[in-house]
Amino acid sequence: CHAAIIKMDLKKKKKKKLYWAHIWMHGTPSICQLRLILYILHVCSVISRFTPEILRKGIHGDTMTENGCEYRERVLTMDTMNPNVKRVEYAVRGPIVQRAVQIERELKMGIKKPFTEVIRANIGDCHAMGQKPITFFRQVLALCSYPDLLEDGKFPEDAKSRARRILQACGGGSLGAYSTSQGIEMIRQDIARYIERRDGGITCDPDNIYLSTGASDAIVTMLKLLVSGEGMSRTGVMISIPQYPLYSATLAELGAVQISYYLDEDNCWSLDISELRRALQEAKKHCSPRALCIINPGNPTGQVQSRQCIEGVIRFAAAEKLFLMADEVYQDNVYADGCKFHSFKKVLFEMGLEYSEKVELASFHSTSKCYMGECGFRGGYMEVVNLDPEVKVQLTKLVSVRLCPPVPGQALLDVVVNPPQPDEPSYDTFIKERTDTLATLAEKANMTQEILNQVPGIKCNPVQGAMYTFPRIHLPPKAILEAKEKEQTPDMFYCMKLLEETGICLVPGSGFGQRDGTYHFRMTILPPKEKLKIVLAKIKEFHQHFMAQYS
Amino acid sequence: MSFLKEISQLVKNNFLSGIDVLSRHAAQISAEIQQGERRNYNEVLDLSSGDLHRGGIKPITFVRQVLAACLYPALLEDDSLPLDVKQRAESLLRECDGGSVGSYTDSSGIAKIKHCVSQYITRRDGGVPSSPDNIFIKSGSQTIMLKLLIRSKDSCQTGVLIPVPTYASFTLALEEQGAAIIPYHLCEEQGWTLQVEELRKALHTGRKTCNPVALYICNPGNPTGHIQSRKSIEEVIRFAAEERLFILADEVYQSCVYADDTEFYSYKKVLSEMGSTISSTVELASFNSVSKGFMGECGLRGGYVELVNLDPAVKEYARRLFSTRSCPPVVGQMALDLMANPPRPGDPSFPTFSEVSVFAELPGISCQPLKAGFFVFPCLHFPPKAIKWAKKRQMEPDMLYCLHLLEETGLHVRPGCEYGQRKDSHHIRFNIMEDALQRLKTFHTRFMKEFS
Repeated sequence: CHAAIIKMDLKKKKKKKLYWAHIWMHGTPSICQLRLILYILHVCSVISRFTPEILRKGIHGDTMTENGCEYRERVLTMDTMNPNVKRVEYAVRGPIVQRAVQIERELKMGIKKPFTEVIRANIGDCHAMGQKPITFFRQVLALCSYPDLLEDGKFPEDAKSRARRILQACGGGSLGAYSTSQGIEMIRQDIARYIERRDGGITCDPDNIYLSTGASDAIVTMLKLLVSGEGMSRTGVMISIPQYPLYSATLAELGAVQISYYLDEDNCWSLDISELRRALQEAKKHCSPRALCIINPGNPTGQVQSRQCIEGVIRFAAAEKLFLMADEVYQDNVYADGCKFHSFKKVLFEMGLEYSEKVELASFHSTSKCYMGECGFRGGYMEVVNLDPEVKVQLTKLVSVRLCPPVPGQALLDVVVNPPQPDEPSYDTFIKERTDTLATLAEKANMTQEILNQVPGIKCNPVQGAMYTFPRIHLPPKAILEAKEKEQTPDMFYCMKLLEETGICLVPGSGFGQRDGTYHFRMTILPPKEKLKIVLAKIKEFHQHFMAQYS
Repeated sequence: MSFLKEISQLVKNNFLSGIDVLSRHAAQISAEIQQGERRNYNEVLDLSSGDLHRGGIKPITFVRQVLAACLYPALLEDDSLPLDVKQRAESLLRECDGGSVGSYTDSSGIAKIKHCVSQYITRRDGGVPSSPDNIFIKSGSQTIMLKLLIRSKDSCQTGVLIPVPTYASFTLALEEQGAAIIPYHLCEEQGWTLQVEELRKALHTGRKTCNPVALYICNPGNPTGHIQSRKSIEEVIRFAAEERLFILADEVYQSCVYADDTEFYSYKKVLSEMGSTISSTVELASFNSVSKGFMGECGLRGGYVELVNLDPAVKEYARRLFSTRSCPPVVGQMALDLMANPPRPGDPSFPTFSEVSVFAELPGISCQPLKAGFFVFPCLHFPPKAIKWAKKRQMEPDMLYCLHLLEETGLHVRPGCEYGQRKDSHHIRFNIMEDALQRLKTFHTRFMKEFS
């Protein structure tokens, strides 16, 4: 045997570190074989700390490669990329959706499948599933977009007056001008008044309103502000399990510590303060907890928190000095009897000065959900309460980096908070459209939980609000084993099979977080009623077949 | 007392200092005029940003008609809209789920629109192929690229070379990501050209304190109005190849070229014609947007990045990052489609500027010729008396100049100190519009007299 010893220098801040690797080979290794060895070693974690450049230099020095080209390693590789990016995952648009897109392409090409269409029940997109936009909103936006239409007799006067007012607040009277980074002032004032009406008169300062590109943009901005420190003092953020994966993805991207608190599945996914306490105590050992995020109504769980629960959370946050982030984008989507949406701000202020002057809160809302379903506009805002004035200055600077939120989205927000009034021409149509939309959603929520609960092995909590169901599925051990062999989480394995056999695209519960050893999927309740019935029937059939196959 | 005092250090170290006194003053004056206060001008002329509509330019009718029809499809039944508008709106709505602009789209943008953009790029570059797979629709996509490149947790900061002068919000984005800024000076005397020697010098200095990975270019230049020659682009690419730098090419002003003897060359095109060792290895991200150019639709937030020679594995992560932002605003995507595939024929209603030495007659001001983009960056030669006066007021001389210019003529332009300039030199960023020129002339003559 000949030993080919490869010596590599690793220069680190003027200190030389030598790494040795011994390779035993038969015969004399050629350049190609050495390159192959190095490539294999590179793949192994043994030399994963070395950059490709070191490897290159170790073999080639500064010489040419065999085919005469100067070998140039990329600047941006998996090794040199920001390591935080690798931890980012977003299941809602993740691998199962990519497969669904592929299948759609295959169907278009004429490939035969046991189904004729893919049903995308993975994402909370109402219009994509056939829900109609609110006529009044679209009229106002069309008028803003092409103001010549203001002379057109086919548009109602109330839509025109709102369009004129919005355009007056835009630079150069155009939706195409930049707005200030915080958002058009008139619109923030209108939103403040809307919030005051919603919360029974509690004052809202327009200066505390920040318009954003969907609620997601504002959530990420707040998290950016909150995350700081190193090691033990690194920011920890409490998020619910299960949660909407924007939170986990952003915490990964920012390198913050995720502090998971479990919602109680046996009690309609309610929030238990003792669980919050447990999670916090545990977290204090290795990070600096600074914020508590709560989604109400919940995604993916659909629970609507009781007023009592919200008070408990506020008391907890006050005692533990946590910044509260209240994601309230589904605030109009409340279906179950006895459930009501209570805004965190309202409850906070009704708890007296002891809390309302102390607790720091950011509430988020958007045009994407509720009865509007206007996801594609990327309209949203947050209201900050009791923010330190110096921090607020920093926040205002931070949002200026992205210049401004899309102005059509801002305009849409304005008309959402200024809907037709009873004495206006568009009122009747508007009320009918809004009522019908919400009623249909309520019907579908009910239907979904009823039908799924009839399936042995599927248990579904009541869909009290939002747009999803997150049923628990009991998977036989054989299935779990096969999933492991395929290197998939068991619920991903289940959902992939469901997709391949029925064309229904759901998101596995592992994408949202769940207790160890439990499995779920998230399905939207958005497909049109008749189609939804068929979808639910197919899931029932698939589940029974799956259970039989793997028992 | 708030416990949130200890916020992210990255956010604290922001470039822009405090609240913008100039913008606040402009807003105040506008409000006062509205309330009836009399001044020697009727309104504030706002040239503070590259925002055509705010500056009084009207949007393109075809664009707005198509968008209106997409927003409110009942208009498609109307006689009020021309046929080509309706056809375009219908074809765009077909690409939207549920036929609605309110639906989410693919995170990187609607496939058909990306295809349209790739065709636009191919036409622009005389046939150099462009794949929709390498195109991501997103406004502000520079931030996503920075997120990939910048390792904020490393003890050795990641560095990015940026030109001086450069526009402020990009610098802010760099600071936000925790990047080290390595400035390279553009050569004012030669029309704000990019000298490779200067790049080399800057890089050498930068390497002492950080790990430079990227080179940011703005061509056509903001605020300089300079356009790079083909030769200059080749030199820069070769430099990036030798020194292993990722090129971030901000080309948003590419359709605003005025001088007859000038032509815009995209970095991609020049790269593709430089021999396989370079053309297949140098990594490039090229940015474009509907905010500039003939449409000027800043508020719609439509833009794209084309990635060249990116590592496929990294591209997958880029895709993932984009997916967490859900999707770009659909109205902005449609505007992008209209920009990439405008109606033919038909001249866009874009104001044409001529390359004229407009400041020739004014003492104390010198300006490099405007070749492209929206702005020029004239140099103000302040007499010593003026410098002293600014020092007493504890303000940058050019900022103080702008404040007084605003107060006396209602003209809102930005001072050079916001973009970076050589020590003891002063500039303003200016649009050559007739009204603006007049106001500036009036003020400047008086100013120079007063401080001579």
